[in-house]
Amino acid sequence: MSTTQTSRLLTGNHAVAWAARLARPQVVPVYPITPQTPILELLTDFHARGEFDAEFLTPESEHSVLSACIPASLAGSRVFTATASQGLLLMHEVLHYASGARAAIVMANVNRTVASPWAFWPDQTDSLAQRDTGWIQYYVETAQECLDTVLHAFRVAEQVQLPAIVNLDAFYVSHSLEPVQVPSQELVDGYLPPYAPANRLDIGLGSSWGNVVSQDMFYRHRQMIGEAMAQALTVAQEADREWGERTGRSHGLLERYRCDGARAVIVTMGSMCGTARVAVDALRDAGHAVGLLKLRLFRPLPMQALRVALDGVPDVVVLDRNHSPGLGGILHQELRGALYGVDAPPRIHGFLAGVGGVNVSPESIAGILRSALDLAPSVESTWAR
Amino acid sequence: MQKLDLPNPPMLCSGHAACPGCVEALSVRHVLATMGPDTMAVIPPSCMAIIAGPQPFSSLHMPVYQPTLEASAAAASGLRRALDAQGKHETQVIVLAGDGGTYDIGFQCLSSAAERNENILYFCLDNEGYMNTGAQKSSSTPHYAKTGTTPEGKSTRKKNLTAIMAAHQVPYAATASVGYLPDLVRKVEKAKAMRGFRIITLLVPCLDGWGLADDGGLTASRYAVESGAFPLYEVEDGTRYTLNHPTRTRPVSDYLGLQRRYQHLPEAGIAALQAEVDEGWKRLQRQVEMSKADDAAALA
Repeated sequence: MSTTQTSRLLTGNHAVAWAARLARPQVVPVYPITPQTPILELLTDFHARGEFDAEFLTPESEHSVLSACIPASLAGSRVFTATASQGLLLMHEVLHYASGARAAIVMANVNRTVASPWAFWPDQTDSLAQRDTGWIQYYVETAQECLDTVLHAFRVAEQVQLPAIVNLDAFYVSHSLEPVQVPSQELVDGYLPPYAPANRLDIGLGSSWGNVVSQDMFYRHRQMIGEAMAQALTVAQEADREWGERTGRSHGLLERYRCDGARAVIVTMGSMCGTARVAVDALRDAGHAVGLLKLRLFRPLPMQALRVALDGVPDVVVLDRNHSPGLGGILHQELRGALYGVDAPPRIHGFLAGVGGVNVSPESIAGILRSALDLAPSVESTWAR
Repeated sequence: MQKLDLPNPPMLCSGHAACPGCVEALSVRHVLATMGPDTMAVIPPSCMAIIAGPQPFSSLHMPVYQPTLEASAAAASGLRRALDAQGKHETQVIVLAGDGGTYDIGFQCLSSAAERNENILYFCLDNEGYMNTGAQKSSSTPHYAKTGTTPEGKSTRKKNLTAIMAAHQVPYAATASVGYLPDLVRKVEKAKAMRGFRIITLLVPCLDGWGLADDGGLTASRYAVESGAFPLYEVEDGTRYTLNHPTRTRPVSDYLGLQRRYQHLPEAGIAALQAEVDEGWKRLQRQVEMSKADDAAALA
């Protein structure tokens, strides 16, 4: 492995930029926004040094960024972009448009609080509010996972013809330095062949995209998007497995950490998983049978895999770093949906922990876990920190 | 009477979905024939999107991408860059957008594409309102014109798009009308041969939205130019102004009289519109004189 990978000290943002560089996108429209900007700056730096050969566009807004991404992708080019928070929300209408157009765009989103009031802290409400837009969604925990997952996302997006977002938490992941194994260009080229869609905007083909359709055509188109999402589950697994063969690193669609024989399992996404690991280790050391289930792929939601992973677990504790007013924690609700109707269902406890980027320590996670096990689960998510 | 043939095989096919007598379809027929087959079009929601046809049909002999209403210039930029990345530098990327998609909701990304000098040719098919949704006011609707959202007449003036685009110092910003076809075709050919951001705004009288006679589209097109209400001019690099139809041969009242949207207008309103047109005309003449003075200074 050592000859095909180089160890570098990188932030999550810079790991994303390295992955984007290695994926050789042909068109990269971007707009600056905290805390995503280091991705954009490192890519422009690569470009200025002649190490990154892509068409760069710097339009006046994220809305225009994504609007430029779609026809670039439909013309058969590989397309990458990055955003955060308000930028992702400004793209909202165009997010739907992109998946409808089956544009295989890959985007990194740095999860940041959504105004108002203004803030810059890690919170996943921005991307979770886009769950119905037809984008594949990954959530990552480390800088290494940022790099690996951006490359997985290209494989999956281009194979199933749906756009994909890789979500990384603001600062905890985006700005934390970690040693990252950066694969060689040759390794990545072997993993990610050039994008060559059969259907594309091309003078020779003459086909178009976006004209008005009938009800039946619209219905069929949505069915096909649903089928592509279902296919993305298999393709994502395969992309991860093959990456593991080439690099020695495999992350799974979800990861079971010390779940064997667990009386209670924490379920969460993103940077909170790192803290939860420490909490699980401490609780295991103290003789408590607890584990962590880290969800990496949120769309498509791996419902069967979640059911298998949590089979026989008496208590599930969901930690949400997001907030849907009037509903509670989004992952809490998704988990209840995924596990509804299983034989011997677990008690599902939902906690709004870390909303607004507040620090959630291993001790507070241990405290949340202990308090949950003593009580029947509340219907609503519970505020906890 | 002179018969004006298309310079090339048609790119807009018969059987399209435009209203009978539509000036937009006639304009685009000549624009696209001049652009030729190595062209890709971006068409936002608009009359033109309807004319282009519903799936699985297309009235255009070229690939079309339909973006969201507010995103034409951004989408065209993305398409342009993808073609460049693939080495297809000669393929022209054009936009065929209405005035709502240009003056209003698409204006932000239009300004940005102009500032970046993206290599696209943007056609604004200006029918002075949201005609596809049944004739509501846009910022291109002229002063006093009645629309569905200005039932007593619009209280403010039409936005001067060409002046704004010229202020971006883009290579080419022009107005054109199918009522003066040789001038229109010449401008399309000229813009096609240039590179960078180019925009041509075509006045497209709308039979239904303006309340014109069924055969009145071309007359209105010509009267708009002849009265100076829609002067034909071009601006190169933001500074060199040329007036292409430099004489006014009719009062504005001739032009207004063709249209139901001004029928409510009292004499004082007509006089006020005439004064506005006179003022705009004088400003254009001054800009042309300044361009000539600049040229003379450059030669000296």
